[in-house]
Amino acid sequence: MPDDLSPRGPETVALTLTVNGASHALRVPAWTTLLDLLREGLGLTGSKKGCDHGQCGACTVILDGKRVNSCLVLAARSDGSEVRTVEGLASPDGALHPLQEAFIKHDAFQCGYCTPGQLCSGVALLQEGHTRTEDEIREWMSGNLCRCGAYPNILAAILEVARKEGRA
Amino acid sequence: MRPFHYERPRALEEAIAGKTEASRFLGGGTNLIDLMKYDVERPASLLDLNRLEGLREVERDREGTLRIGALVSNADAAAHPLVREHHPLLADAILAGATPQLRNMATMGGNLLQRTRCYYFYDRLTPCNKREPGTGCPAKEGVNRIHAILGTSEHCIATHPSDMCVALAALEAVVVVRGPSGERRIRTEDFHRLPGDAPERDTTLDAREVVTAIEIPARLYGRHHTYLKLRDRLSYAFALVSVAVTMEMQEGRVSRLRVALGGVAHKPWRVPEAEALLEGRGPEEARFGAVADRLLQGARGYGHNDFKIGLARLAIARALHQAAAATPQSHVAKRIA
Amino acid sequence: MMHHPLIGTPQDRVDGRAKVTGTARYVADFETGAEVLHAHVLNSAIAIGRIRRIDTTRALAVPGVVEVFTHENRPRTAWFSSSYKDDVGPPGKPLRPLYDSSISYSGEPVALVVAESYETARYAANLVEVEYEAKPHETDLLKQLPNSYVPKKRRSGINPPPRPKGSAASALESAPVKHVARYLIAAEHHNPMEMHATTVIREADGKLLIHDKIQGVYASKQYVCSVFGLSEDKVRVVSPFIGGAFGSGLRPHYQLFLAVMAAMALERSVKLVLTRDQQFTIAHRPETWNEVALGAKPDGTLTAIRHKAIGSTSRYEDHQEAVVNWTNLLYSAPDVQLEYELVQLDIETPTDMRAPGAPLGAFAAESAMDELAEKLGVDPLALRLHNDTQTDEVMNKYHTSKELRAACQLGAERFGWRHRPFAPRSMRQGRELIGWGLAFGAWEAQMQKHAARVMLDAEGHCTVGVATADLGTGTYTILAQIAAEALGLSMNKVTVLLGDSALPQAPVSGGSWTAASAGSAVHDACARLKAELLLAAQTQRGSPLVDAKLEEVMFDRERIVLMRDPMRAVSLQAAFAAGGRPRIVADGQAGPDQLTQLRYSSHTHSAVFVEARVDEELGQVRVTRAVSAVAAGRILNPKTARSQVVGGVVWGIGMALHEEAMADHNLGRWMNHNIAEYHIPAHADIHEIDVIFAEEKDMLTSPLGVKGLGEIGIVGTAAAVANAVWHATGRRVRELPMTIDKVLGLTPAHTEAR
Repeated sequence: MPDDLSPRGPETVALTLTVNGASHALRVPAWTTLLDLLREGLGLTGSKKGCDHGQCGACTVILDGKRVNSCLVLAARSDGSEVRTVEGLASPDGALHPLQEAFIKHDAFQCGYCTPGQLCSGVALLQEGHTRTEDEIREWMSGNLCRCGAYPNILAAILEVARKEGRA
Repeated sequence: MRPFHYERPRALEEAIAGKTEASRFLGGGTNLIDLMKYDVERPASLLDLNRLEGLREVERDREGTLRIGALVSNADAAAHPLVREHHPLLADAILAGATPQLRNMATMGGNLLQRTRCYYFYDRLTPCNKREPGTGCPAKEGVNRIHAILGTSEHCIATHPSDMCVALAALEAVVVVRGPSGERRIRTEDFHRLPGDAPERDTTLDAREVVTAIEIPARLYGRHHTYLKLRDRLSYAFALVSVAVTMEMQEGRVSRLRVALGGVAHKPWRVPEAEALLEGRGPEEARFGAVADRLLQGARGYGHNDFKIGLARLAIARALHQAAAATPQSHVAKRIA
Repeated sequence: MMHHPLIGTPQDRVDGRAKVTGTARYVADFETGAEVLHAHVLNSAIAIGRIRRIDTTRALAVPGVVEVFTHENRPRTAWFSSSYKDDVGPPGKPLRPLYDSSISYSGEPVALVVAESYETARYAANLVEVEYEAKPHETDLLKQLPNSYVPKKRRSGINPPPRPKGSAASALESAPVKHVARYLIAAEHHNPMEMHATTVIREADGKLLIHDKIQGVYASKQYVCSVFGLSEDKVRVVSPFIGGAFGSGLRPHYQLFLAVMAAMALERSVKLVLTRDQQFTIAHRPETWNEVALGAKPDGTLTAIRHKAIGSTSRYEDHQEAVVNWTNLLYSAPDVQLEYELVQLDIETPTDMRAPGAPLGAFAAESAMDELAEKLGVDPLALRLHNDTQTDEVMNKYHTSKELRAACQLGAERFGWRHRPFAPRSMRQGRELIGWGLAFGAWEAQMQKHAARVMLDAEGHCTVGVATADLGTGTYTILAQIAAEALGLSMNKVTVLLGDSALPQAPVSGGSWTAASAGSAVHDACARLKAELLLAAQTQRGSPLVDAKLEEVMFDRERIVLMRDPMRAVSLQAAFAAGGRPRIVADGQAGPDQLTQLRYSSHTHSAVFVEARVDEELGQVRVTRAVSAVAAGRILNPKTARSQVVGGVVWGIGMALHEEAMADHNLGRWMNHNIAEYHIPAHADIHEIDVIFAEEKDMLTSPLGVKGLGEIGIVGTAAAVANAVWHATGRRVRELPMTIDKVLGLTPAHTEAR
């Protein structure tokens, strides 16, 4: 494959993006990922970079209703999209999402670094309805690694919310 | 990641016209963006296909052929009622791979084109014939736990990492591609290639062609199918060995058997002669070993991956059993049926 | 009357809200926007040799690149390697990044690109051209075993094996029943979810505000001051949240050096976040080989223990861990020989990783105990209890407390151990064989010198400050509990500040010592504060507490109450008004008690029980149940304590089944350097984990009766999994991780039994 190896800067791309209800008109370098745009561009550092390669799930956000690894989404590709991040889970008055409450109650995190991704993934999981059995939750949450090993507590938290919502 | 030109073609024709050797089509990006960050893929431009119309349909024609658009996400394909009803094997294989997040992003077309997970291919500070032809293949004498045992060459022992493609091989799917000179259909087994002396090429797709759809012929395997995947952890890991089976039965006899192996070669591995060993007979467990032996004929290990030969043999027998017993492996319950 | 106690009751994490809303700030979350420069490291492609030529021309030509640092143009830093030393580093010469053209391991940094954006820096790093002159390297521990040696200089804080007792060799010779085998544990990488990173903010006056991923901010501060010759007032390190570390943040790593170097040279703020792949170039748990020999009488009484371990280290530092001592700590025998040696390889220096040494030794010894039990025909739990020590036979000291038996009984009961058939392959369900295994574990209960400050104002707002770190360990929460209970406040009145070098000094948080040490320092500060407050209350005209002594009052619901006559009380507000000060500040401290240490040794203990299900034909292992019964003194917060142990068990399962850094010995390089191919347990791998805390009263270990919980959960778990897999299948796997091929016996073992 012929490489163009001459040192040069990136071109930029214009896009609009709605993040947690707020719309943004932006111009970003084409090589910017959604994760880096959220964090470095918009200062929304809740979404975490745990590997930058889709290997851990810490960067999970909900893009147009679906959970994705924001580290592998080019910002340019998300033009016109709606993004929900961990900062957008609680209601504007500060009331936590039931899953956030359940995470605290069940101690579903330790260091807290994978937590934003676990929460976004869990909120999407509840929507998807993949919470019928414990095995199903385990499998469908396996895209979010937790090095502290909070898995049993994450399961308990999701199960509690799923039961309350009649999804388990 | 190298600087690149980003474009959003408005029509397929425009995308094809704009495609060069140095550009890449962008679908889900789960593998391409990953490899660009590692400086393995260095496209001069990206042609983002995500806005194109007409590549997101799942349809079934009068002959029962299922056609899945190239831009349908892996998640949507696995959840689609037509797929679940007529080709549960495909749904199972897709769900055995990656994660919900990645499946939401990854497209059917992109999955066909995903590149190997070979450690050396991914590490630009090591030699690799696939990444930089002519530099050598340290995997042969190096760390090769995940590498191929079949169809290898002296230049490359990488495997194809897809689960989906293994199922497509067993389903005898056809890849529909479009290029400057029109459409062509490629059987999945001809779509992926063995490394030979050109390991840099994964497929027989021309640089200016784009995958538009996958077509799966009607098959009446009912519940006589399975996708059995063995890996180093119970989820979110690539296959060490996987087996896709469809077993069509007529009056207690196997009328058509298709077995494809994943994790063992540069492409999903099928051996028609092995399948023929069971066709026309009852699904006799006693013959499963012979099928496995024929599938694995010529297999060789490179040290760390020696075990794959024995493991594949066991996995094939179990998968045949699952298909015969109509107890397809669940991707949720990790107990192996 | 007495308010509801906080210590010992389950409390939600006080930092929980910050963590579930994404507002907890980790190193890379500081300083976003256009002001900060981003740096990216280029690592060495060879293991050993030198850089013959390095060309940065093309990288420098990329628009947005500010500078490329290499050994040729790096700013001058400290000359002597001793200036690069940290408190927990082993003997040797620490890595001096970009110091000269020599390369000591594959992955050593060779260049740092600094640019206006992260993407630009990452791109330009690929344009740096390096020519190497490689020399022959050696990265294979097994090949180098004949060259092992006893480290000349012991590492501070690590006890070398004791002198031999009696003659293990002759006792083994004459032992009626014996077992000898070798055990091997793969190298592992910590891989906390947060990648190692440093953000250096260069303030207007030239001072540096540093956010560093470190388990104790003073370690970074001391390193930066020493290496760059800065006075203490020029550097402040603030790291309020650490996204896991597990030992990888005990020592400052090269990203700290490089980020500070760049910030100083360029007079700009710099952020350097290592990639996931680069996590494999800073620290790992050393690959470790063990040989265990056990001799016993027919009744199961141990007559001899010999345990030798050989761990790998780098060429430039002698990293040491306590691997073998645990065997005699847990089991009594008259003739004992424990040995620990090192092999030098061309790799980066290993670093402590969760319970350094202990699970390696425990995997060997606790597997061996099971193998001996099989030969003796006795239940493995009975054999362990029969040989259980009453005193610390390694150090010749009494235990401050040891409720292992009680823990064991509770654990066995909960697990249902008495229903375990003796013979392997006795239980199955469908195609899965089911096995039950157990193992014991122990870890040191330590105190380290800590200082703390507590401030209270008239409204009852309390601020607690200690420079230690909460790594996810729950330190914020337990310190709030301790202060709130001591001062009679509700939890929401207490604010805990951690991870700031402007706070009272603490060492790195590790070794399970933080709860006992920082907790005791806070407790001490509260006691002093209470004394001052009582004095203030007594200056009130006609104070109802005028003749009260400190031990006669209690602090309850923002009042000081005379215990024998609760009607006599002074509110905090009144006490402050009388004292005439808006707030009271008290300093406290805690540290090891040397007199106690002379006579006693102190440890946490555990018995862990595991159920494994193994597909009979295909060798797929599922750990479907685990009970970890722990004796660890007083439990401050059962909720976070349980999480600590659960996490340890998950680590043990990962060690048993998944984790393995694989080296290409031809290239001298780890190859699966990412977390797609280096496997840690995923959600699907983890099932029910039960944690039991046995009651254990211990007022000798620490003033609070606390022993610490960060390590104990992992120690015996991998061995218990191996024992369960054996019980399920009848196949003994002596090499970790027990991947499918090893469980099926499809991969030849490097170890064998005799």
